[in-house]
Parts: sequence; C-alpha cells; structure tokens
Amino acid sequence: MELSTILQYAFAGIKIGSIYAMVALGFNIIYNTTGIINLAQGEFVMLGGMFTVTLAKLMPLGLAFPIAVLAVAIVGCLFERAAIWPARRSSVITLIMITIGGSFLLKGAAMQVWGKNSFPLRPFSSEKPINILGAWVQPQVFWIIGVLAVVMILLTLFFRFTLTGKAMRACAANRAAATLSGISVDRMVLLSFALSAGIGAIAGIVITPVTLVDYGCGSMYALKGFAAAVLGGLGVSAGAVVGGLTIGLMECFGAALPFQGASSYKDGFALLILFVFLCAKPSGILGRAAISELKKF
Amino acid sequence: MGKKNLFGLASLVVVLLVVPHLLGNPYYLGVLVWCGIYGLVCMGLSLFMGYCGQISLGHAGFCALGAYISGILTTRFGFSPWPALGVAMLASLLVAFVVGLPTLRLKGHYLAMATLGFGMIIFVAAGGDPFGLTGGPSGFWGIPKLSVFGVVLDSEVKWYYFVWAVVLVCLVALLNIVHSRVGRALRSIHGGEPAAKAMGVHTARYKTQTFLLSAALGSLAGSFYAHYVGFVNPHPFGLNFSIHLLTMVVVGGMTNLWGAIAGTALLTILTRYFRVFMDWGVFFDGFILVIIMLVFPEGLFVGAARRLGGFVSRKRSTGVPGQASRQAAGGG
Amino acid sequence: MKRICIGMTALVLTAMLVVTGCKKEKEEELALAPYKVGAVFAVTGPASWLGEPEKNTAEMIAKQINDAGGINGHPLELIVEDTTGEETATVNAMKKLVDKDGVCAVIGPSRSGTSMAIINIAEDKKVPLVSCAAAAAIVVPVKKWVFKVPQMDSDCVRRIYDYMKEKGWTKAAIITGTTGFGAAGRDQLIKLAKEYNMEIVADETYGPKDTDMTVQLTKIKAANAQALINWSIVPGQSTVIKNARQLGLTIPLFQSHGFGNIEYVKAAGAAAEGVLFPAGALLGPEGLPDDDPQKKLLLQYKNDYETKYSDAVSTFGGHAYDALTLVVKALKAVGDDRAKIRDHIENTTGFVGTAGVFNYSPQDHCGLDKTAFVMYTVKAGKFVPVEE
Repeated sequence: MELSTILQYAFAGIKIGSIYAMVALGFNIIYNTTGIINLAQGEFVMLGGMFTVTLAKLMPLGLAFPIAVLAVAIVGCLFERAAIWPARRSSVITLIMITIGGSFLLKGAAMQVWGKNSFPLRPFSSEKPINILGAWVQPQVFWIIGVLAVVMILLTLFFRFTLTGKAMRACAANRAAATLSGISVDRMVLLSFALSAGIGAIAGIVITPVTLVDYGCGSMYALKGFAAAVLGGLGVSAGAVVGGLTIGLMECFGAALPFQGASSYKDGFALLILFVFLCAKPSGILGRAAISELKKF
Repeated sequence: MGKKNLFGLASLVVVLLVVPHLLGNPYYLGVLVWCGIYGLVCMGLSLFMGYCGQISLGHAGFCALGAYISGILTTRFGFSPWPALGVAMLASLLVAFVVGLPTLRLKGHYLAMATLGFGMIIFVAAGGDPFGLTGGPSGFWGIPKLSVFGVVLDSEVKWYYFVWAVVLVCLVALLNIVHSRVGRALRSIHGGEPAAKAMGVHTARYKTQTFLLSAALGSLAGSFYAHYVGFVNPHPFGLNFSIHLLTMVVVGGMTNLWGAIAGTALLTILTRYFRVFMDWGVFFDGFILVIIMLVFPEGLFVGAARRLGGFVSRKRSTGVPGQASRQAAGGG
Repeated sequence: MKRICIGMTALVLTAMLVVTGCKKEKEEELALAPYKVGAVFAVTGPASWLGEPEKNTAEMIAKQINDAGGINGHPLELIVEDTTGEETATVNAMKKLVDKDGVCAVIGPSRSGTSMAIINIAEDKKVPLVSCAAAAAIVVPVKKWVFKVPQMDSDCVRRIYDYMKEKGWTKAAIITGTTGFGAAGRDQLIKLAKEYNMEIVADETYGPKDTDMTVQLTKIKAANAQALINWSIVPGQSTVIKNARQLGLTIPLFQSHGFGNIEYVKAAGAAAEGVLFPAGALLGPEGLPDDDPQKKLLLQYKNDYETKYSDAVSTFGGHAYDALTLVVKALKAVGDDRAKIRDHIENTTGFVGTAGVFNYSPQDHCGLDKTAFVMYTVKAGKFVPVEE
C-alpha cells in the first residue's frame, strides 16, 4: 500500500474516531457519577447537529455553536430531572432502561420538530480539500481533531483544578463518602448530565459538516461510543480517546483489507477485535480491574 | 414448584384456552403468536439476567442463528424442518459455549459490550454472506411451513396453540429449575458473586449453563420465526432486537419468569398498537418505557405483585406502608 | 411523584384512546359500503424518507376520490399502517390489514426487504399486493398475487449501461448499500455487466447508517474506473457524492433511481452537480412534449402534491400514486373481490402512471421497461433531463 493511501485511511479513521471519542467521554462522565451507561447519549449528538443546522440559518456559525451546546445541555438537565432523578434509588438496569426510553423520546420529539430529512451543515472553514502527501483531507477534519483536543484539555483542567470537578471525581470514587463530606451527589449527577450532553452536542456539531444529520442518526454514535468507552476502560477519560481512535482506525483499515466485500464487514472487524481484547483484558485498555471490581455493575 | 406457580400455570392455561374464543379475529392471534415467540427468548434471558444477575445485549444473535440455520438447511439442503431445528439448536449451543467461556468472566457493562459485539458479529456475517448461503442483506425466501404430528401449521390459530404449548412446557421446566437447588445457586450469584463463590457455589459453571439454556431458547424462537414468516433477512436480528428483548424482560420484572412473559406480552401488544399513531409512535414507545420504569422500578409484574402483597400484609400488620417495596427498590 | 406519573400516564392513555376513537368515527356520507384498501408504508424509521411522501400521496388521492363521490358510489377507505421499515412489523401490519380490516388489496411496502417478507402472506391469503419497492426479485419469478409499480432495478441498470456504452466507458466501479435495495441492485449490476461487456473494476459496499465512505472510495479511486455507480436508498448516497468529490474523484457519478428526491441533492450540496441518474418522467414533466401521454397527469400530481404538502414531489410518492390508482381502476371495473382485482390488474395495459405507461401481463408483473426511464442530471441544485 502506498503512503498516500495509508494516510487517506488514517485521516478517515481519526475523523470518525474523534467523534466516537467525544461520545465515549460523555458516557464516562455520567458513568462516573451514576454507574450507568446513558444510552440516550447518541441523541445528544443528533440534537447538537440539529440545533446548529436550524440556528445557522438565523445567525453566524460562531454564535450558533455555543447556543446549540447550551440548548442540548439544558435538554440533558431536563432529562435528568424528569427521568433519572425520580428513579435515583433504582437498580442500574432500571436506569439504563430509562435511558433507552429517553433515547426513543428524544428521537420521536426530534422527528416531530425537524421531520425525516437529512440536513447538511456548511463546514467551519473552506470546503476545499487539502493535499497532504497525496492524501486529500477536508479542513473540517482538523477542526474535529482540534475540538477533541480542546475538550480533552478543558475536561482535565476541570476535574483536576476546580472544586466542582474534584467533587465530581469524589462522587465517582465513592458516593457515600462524598455525601458524608457534604457534596450534593444529586447536583453532581445533574451537572454530569449537562456536561455530557454538552460534549455530545459538540461532537454532533463538528461532525455534521462532513456527514449529515437526521433524527435517527444517534443510535449509531451511541453504539460506537459505548464500544470506545469500554475498549478504553470505562470511566477513564484518556481511555475514551484511545478507544475512540482505535475503533475509528480499525473500521477504516478493516474496510480497506484487500479482499472482496471487505467493506461489508467493517463493523464486524472492529467489534471482533474489541471482543477478543475484552476476553484477554476484561477491564479495557486503560481500565484497572481492581476499580471495576468495586463498581456495582 | 410452589402453590402460587401452580395456580399461575392453571390460570394461564385457562386464559390461553379462552382467549381465542373471545378474539374473533386471526390478526389478534397473530400478535399473540409473536408474544409466544418472543416469550421463549425472554424466559431464557430472564433466567440469565434476573436469576443469574448477568446481562446480555446479544441474544438477537442466537435468534438469528436459529432462523438462518433452520432456513438454510430446509431450503438449500433439503432438511425437513424438525431435524433442521435440532441442528440449529445444537449449533447455537456450541456457539454459546465457545462465546460464553471467555465472556462470562466479564462483569456488568463489559459483559454487555462483549455480548453486544457477539450479536453484531452474527448480524454483520449474515449480511456479508461469506459462504454464499445467507442471501446477504436481501435474505432468502421460501422456508417451508412447520408441521406438528402431521398437522401443517398454516393458520394463526394453529400457530397460536402450538407456540403457547411450547411456551408452557418451557415455562414449567424453567420454573422447576428455578425452584431447585440450581435456582437457589443462581440467585446466590445474583446476590453477590464473591459470597456465592465463598459458599462453594460453582458460579462459572452455573453461569455457563444458564447462558447455554437461554441461547437454546433463543435459537428455538429464531427457528419458529423462520417457519412462521417464511422469509429471513438480517435486518430483524440487529442490535435493536437485542435491546427490545432486554426491554421486555426488564419491563415485566426480570427477577421473575412470569414477569418475562408479562413484559413480552405487554410490549408486543403496545408497540403494535402504537403504530396507529404513526409519527408519534416512537415517542410513545419511549414515553411508556420511562413511565413504567419510574413507577415500577422492579418491573411491572414484580412491582404490581409486591404492591398487591404489600396491601394485604399492611392489613395484617401495622408496618410502615410501602416500606417493603421501597427497600427492595433502593437495594440495587 | 409516583402519583404524578400515574396521573400523567392515565391522561396520555385517555388521550390516545380518544384519538383512536375519533379516527373510527369517520362519518359515512355515502350510502354504499366503503371499499377498503390497505397501505403499508415505512412512515417512521430509517426508510421514512420513502414512506412519508407515499403516505401523503395515498391519503391525498383517497381524499380526492371521496370528494368526487367515491368509486361507483362506494367511498374509498384507505387504511395506512406503519411498517417502521422493519420486516416483523410489516408482517404484522399486513396480517392486520388482511385479517382484521378485511381490505381487498394492499399497496406498499416501501422497501424491498419488507416487500419480500410479506409475499408469503399475499400468496397464502390470496390478496393482491402492489409493492412500491424496486427490487426485481419481488416479481421475478412471477408471483400470482404480487405486482409492483416502480421500474425494475434491472432496467435501471440497463439504462445506465446503455448510457455508458454510448460514451464509450467500459470500466465501472460500483458501490452499494447493504440493504435489500442496494444488494438487489448490486446483483443486477454484476449480472448485466457481462451482457454489456462492462468491466466491474471495484465492488464496494456500505452500511445504511455509515457516515463516511472515504475508505471505499479511496479503493475505487485506485481502481481507475471510468464511471462510479452508487446504488442505495439511504441518506448515505448523499455522503458518497460528497466524499467522492472531496477525494478528488472526478469520474462521472451515476446514482440509481433511488435518488429521485430533491432532498438528497440538497444534502449533498454543490458536490451533487453533474450527478447522473435514471428516473421516471415525474421529476421534470415541464420539459416533456405536449403530446406525451404522461405530461398532463404528471403536472397535475406535481402541482397537487406540492400545494398540499409544500414539499417537493419525489418519485416515491409517485409510486404510491401509481399503486393506488391501479387498484382504484380495478375497483371501478370489477368491485372489491380480491381475485377479480388481481385478474384485472394482471390484464391492465396502457395504464398511464407517474413512472411510465404500464402494460401488465401474466408473465410481467412490473409492467414497465427501460423506456420508462429518463436520464437526469443535477444542474444548479435541480433535476434536469440529460439531452442526448
């Protein structure tokens, strides 16, 4: 294989992998404070794209971006208060079921609001592909990578250096102890939903210019994001990024394998490798077995 | 098997016998046939999840195995339906064994992901058609009808009696397992695996056995699907179906086999009914799921039974109302 | 909290019951018993792009017919069921229409996979089914009770290969979606390549939910094809166009007749310029000569649909138009006996629909040939017939 071809595949993998990584980050934030996987996470991605498509018609993209993120974060908060909070004492499985129900609700609502068509969004900067060593790359790809890096840095700073961030980490480590030291776990859970909805929305906004957005596109992101989060090790932010990029790259190089019909198996490759990996190391790339032993689920 | 279960079985038989006479229309029976087919998978899944405390997002894969193997053997290799069904079941058991060995060591979300991966791999393989047998995404057509003791199942009524007879047999068998030593061992795993291990319960073996049993039931349901519809393609056996199965089990109440049946029946009928609302159908699917889980966190059947029980015991004693259910709900 | 939840549920359930109740209280203005026709469309779910215009069209025609006094005095009762694009739901819907509602014929489903899933039921229960899906496998080999109105995918392939041959292109790369529609198209593309001496230099696929086809297109780019043919019916077909142009793939790009919805062009933006695809004359009726048999009907349908739903007309809605009109014609001629309707449809010739002029026969349950296709291209964001 030539270098230019390899680069072309790599950029495709990084592009989609970065999105998986951002979805996985969202999964982790909620997982850390509640122990559940929020299966409505993909719908936040979809809503981010949808809101921006609508808002971009009324205002410059630079303004539409933050407003859309904020709007989706509010949707996340509402969802938490309406459906998760009342069931906060239920089992993990029950809560996961509620998030599945939530994903249907949001999907159904989006269908009512935006209809059934797919919508494009114009790229943040030029649409003209750049030639890098023979591979054609859209400028939007650099936006995606850049946004992922910024999100990652901000999250790290938030969890390391702010009191709220530390409180959230405390919740993740031990809920009871966190409550005893005066942290409002309820508020932390609410915040985690806002945060992860916001990150989901950001992912949706940056990916829409290279793909499209429609009311049903969320479930695919949720599936791949979940795979990424588990592969990287649940609850570990760096793991989300590693897992997301790995899955993205595996999909693209899997589809490129030189045999007839390789592309029809590309989802299979990624999941097969994930499956084998989990069997060998049950707690993911960066997850630690000792920690997952302590989790309820 | 306790008195309650005998009473339950007797009432179920009566209901099953009466229902066809009340519903004048074969269409309704058709919906009940689906309840029965899904019910088979859900009972197995309930055993695996509710009693054993594990989670699977890959049972659609076993249904796909059953449906495809039954379909391929009967249409392309001239098998008659019953031997094909047997082969399908054996193959599913084998696959479940190979898959179960490494994955059942995983916990919680990791197990969910691994089983999900398994289901998706089967789904992708069926669509990719590596051996030129599955017909790819288009699937294939012309799977013969099933016949039982010389009676060809060619109407909804016949299918209705047949499927529910199978469901009843399986239910009795599973209830027996649940109320035996094995059942107690399973529940000890649910309660806490380390503790169960410490007490000398061979947890790994029990988990594998339950997984195998649920896989066999999934395959059976899949074979029935193939013969009932007469057409197989990958689309119905995707991740959505696995999630749907999980939902049916949990909505009914996963710690109870009866709950699995109740949840299956309720959701199959409701989702069918919601299609009347066209565009709002998806919304209602979600709405009803959220509401059920909020009101009955332990599942509809279990929750309702406990509430009725709680009502009775409240009359007898002067305990704090609703305490029992709240404790149970908060226990997770 | 729980009380509020229960209260809300009760409220919603009552509301739902009221809604269903209202639907049933349709006033019977006409004295004669209604003719019941069933429709199974993917109104929701991943194929709702197809189902939506189909449902809208069918409902619009039913209303027009009833406003004009029904069929020989019988009102037309159209019962639409949502398949969600899923096979099991479609099987259920079909059984409901046949067993519970007792319809005399069924139109739809929208997708090839769901159509294949209910052929059994149509044959067993002896109900005429007029499918709105494209795959040739639906009516080849001929099934007694099953018809279809969209053009054959095999004819669409022929139309594309004819065009390529004319231009002297012999090396084609194909990329298809892994749905029933895409897979059936891929089969035809490969099968007919021999007949037309086409060489398939690359054969790639993508899933219905894929958002990026860069890898497949990179492989295609390396294969030195003279034209790229994309066959799918999902929004992915817009992504293929975008990705191909972004990779600097400049060869001509063909789409299947599944591209006949202007929304796909909008979604692909500027990249869609110059895309070629065959479709029925519905997309550009203004350009037809005045003596064309279809012109009047196409203009009227287009106008009616676009005024009523303020949405651009698509060929999918056209399929529902053809299917329902075909059934209505049979109802008018022979009443609502299922077997008679079947026989009448089978003997229909010279029926002018949106997809072409249909000539059914016992050997041909599609009724159209490749002449029903017009080659279109995209110019300034609009569908324009290619001048040949």
